[in-house]
Amino acid sequence: MNAMLDTPQTQTPPVISGNDLVKEFPVRSKGIVRRRIGSIQAVSGVTLQIGAHETVALVGESGCGKSTTARLMMNLIEPTSGEVLYDGRDLTKLSRKQMRPMRRDIQLVFQDPMASLDPRMPVFEIIAEPLRVHGLFKRDGRERVNALIETVGLNPEHRNRYPHEFSGGQRQRIGVARALALEPRVLMLDEPVSALDVSIQAGVINLLEDLQDELGLSYLFVSHDLSVVRHIADRVAVMYLGKIVEEGTTDDLFAGPAHPYTQALMSAIPLPDPRKERSRERIVLVGDVPSPSDPPSGCRFRTRCPLFQTLSEGHQRACIDIEPPLRTDHEGRTRAACHYAEPKQLV
Amino acid sequence: MDVTVNGTRADGTRDVAKGDIVLEVEDLNVSFPSDDGPVHAVRGVNYELRRGQSLGIVGESGSGKSVTSLAIMGLLPKTTRITGSARLEGRELLGLGDAALSQIRGKRISMIFQDPLTSLNPVYTVGAQLIEAIRVHYTDVSKKEARDQAIELLDTVGIPNPSQRVDAYPHELSGGMRQRVVIAIAMANNPDVIIADEPTTALDVTVQAQVLEALERARERVHAALILITHDLGVIAGHTDDVLVMYAGRPVEVGTVDEIFYEPRMPYTLGLLGSLPRMDEARGHRLSTVHGTPPSMVHLPPGCPFRPRCPMARDVCAETEPDLLPTGPSGHVSACHFADELEGKTPDEVFAADTADPDLGDDQEEDQ
Repeated sequence: MNAMLDTPQTQTPPVISGNDLVKEFPVRSKGIVRRRIGSIQAVSGVTLQIGAHETVALVGESGCGKSTTARLMMNLIEPTSGEVLYDGRDLTKLSRKQMRPMRRDIQLVFQDPMASLDPRMPVFEIIAEPLRVHGLFKRDGRERVNALIETVGLNPEHRNRYPHEFSGGQRQRIGVARALALEPRVLMLDEPVSALDVSIQAGVINLLEDLQDELGLSYLFVSHDLSVVRHIADRVAVMYLGKIVEEGTTDDLFAGPAHPYTQALMSAIPLPDPRKERSRERIVLVGDVPSPSDPPSGCRFRTRCPLFQTLSEGHQRACIDIEPPLRTDHEGRTRAACHYAEPKQLV
Repeated sequence: MDVTVNGTRADGTRDVAKGDIVLEVEDLNVSFPSDDGPVHAVRGVNYELRRGQSLGIVGESGSGKSVTSLAIMGLLPKTTRITGSARLEGRELLGLGDAALSQIRGKRISMIFQDPLTSLNPVYTVGAQLIEAIRVHYTDVSKKEARDQAIELLDTVGIPNPSQRVDAYPHELSGGMRQRVVIAIAMANNPDVIIADEPTTALDVTVQAQVLEALERARERVHAALILITHDLGVIAGHTDDVLVMYAGRPVEVGTVDEIFYEPRMPYTLGLLGSLPRMDEARGHRLSTVHGTPPSMVHLPPGCPFRPRCPMARDVCAETEPDLLPTGPSGHVSACHFADELEGKTPDEVFAADTADPDLGDDQEEDQ
């Protein structure tokens, strides 16, 4: 098989790129000694680039390694192997001291705003903290924080209130303001809207879109919700068990997902449209995600793959023995890691 | 068991034969005592549920959608004030004692909760819990028979190797499998009504699809009516016949699933639909936003509870709370003074698609 291993195409020159990132977490024995008895590979060779002013979405089910990938990309945790290139430098090689000024450029917004905001700090202080830490508050910090509060659509009069006095959506806006305080170039958004009620979620999504336009930010948007992803992302990477299984521009991926896992994921998302729901084709996966401590040989998805079950024994061999690389030589327009990739129209 | 025609309906029509009424809820009111005065969590809920029917109840957190069902099942604390009526095939449920309710819970009405790990007992095998659910209502069933039934039930909800899994403890199963065990327990005694309260919220989408399929299969097998409580309009669209939209403890719109999704007649419903990002819609479309947060249920101001968030609000909305009134010849009802103005309107025309979250004043309360 002629597998093509070209590099992923960002639509603009990449601002940050992770190359062949691998992260293993140790599994330790119980007791005091906590001997290392094995390891779990949470991320197994992920290559991802984010262009300037681009939103890349990382999609997958819980435990697929998407949040770990986001943390690796910002060098918050150290990769087992691989590199993260930002501004021509490999972040993983930098010392803590060298890394510190770089951290200003790459900021993180967490899923649960209640857990990520200090309950004993008023909003003004929460947003001012990154400026103080980096010694930037003295210059024009006060004005800057007030401006940020307005930028994210909060009432500046509420700057002395505490997080518990805000609703979920407002708290998430505080989290965004804090991430913006140091004028970053890249925002890692880890499920930023999944804890919010729908009517609130829309406002935060619109805010993120506007901020990107105004400030020219790059986003890595980690999510399990393909509807939100379709709305906000330029490019989508789908992860399964620590690997990217399909990648493409949002339009291409939704027009014709070629990997059976992406297809299953897409068909599982309910559409808020009764007529379409009644007539849709549904691919229901069997079983659960296998443990990452002992992933299946060859293609990691084969144990749940609906396509695999329809293949002849000879064709199944390829899935069992050979790990499929991301390839473009199939009929679709995405890069899919499947020996028998074939695009399918689902929405 | 009395088996009637399953109420699956042809596209968009209302008058297909459905079963007889199994559950009838009338003017249900629930209030909890609190330091700031009574919290009026449910303010007048009415509905009829027919055999085989599937009713979706949607609303945001705190809208009273779960409390309604807990009140029917008698699962609220003793200090709660509940008025109104809930009748199961004509028999009043409200005010029944625990012993009498135990005859009904799990046998006539069963319930599926959001988190299966808290609804299953961690120290018993799933088989033991299934067998208990059967034998507590039918004491003449032998343990052996009950075990066979348990294995069959596990098979019905799509658990692989049911004859082995029956001896597994809940912690040995994945989240999706646990929820399927809960569904198996819920359908064990061929109930008339299954109430599923956010049954898939804690699950991944592919697992959600499996669980919803198991729920549909269970419902078909026992011809039960289903009350599906969720905040996910996508799940509602695919799995219910009728929808009740709740806001501030009251139904604000009731209709068939098609009426609610294609001809909403209450600004709140319209706003919710417009705020959903959709997988079948290309990028570039701006989401419409419903500003503000739901009101506090302690001191609800007079008038329409949605007024502070409603772009269509006028003077009359601050004075009188609109009743649920028919919007046309079908059974579609909505609680809005200006329901007819919404005809043919899109969310974008009613709700501005901006980003601010202006505060509604200092009386705004916490939503949690």
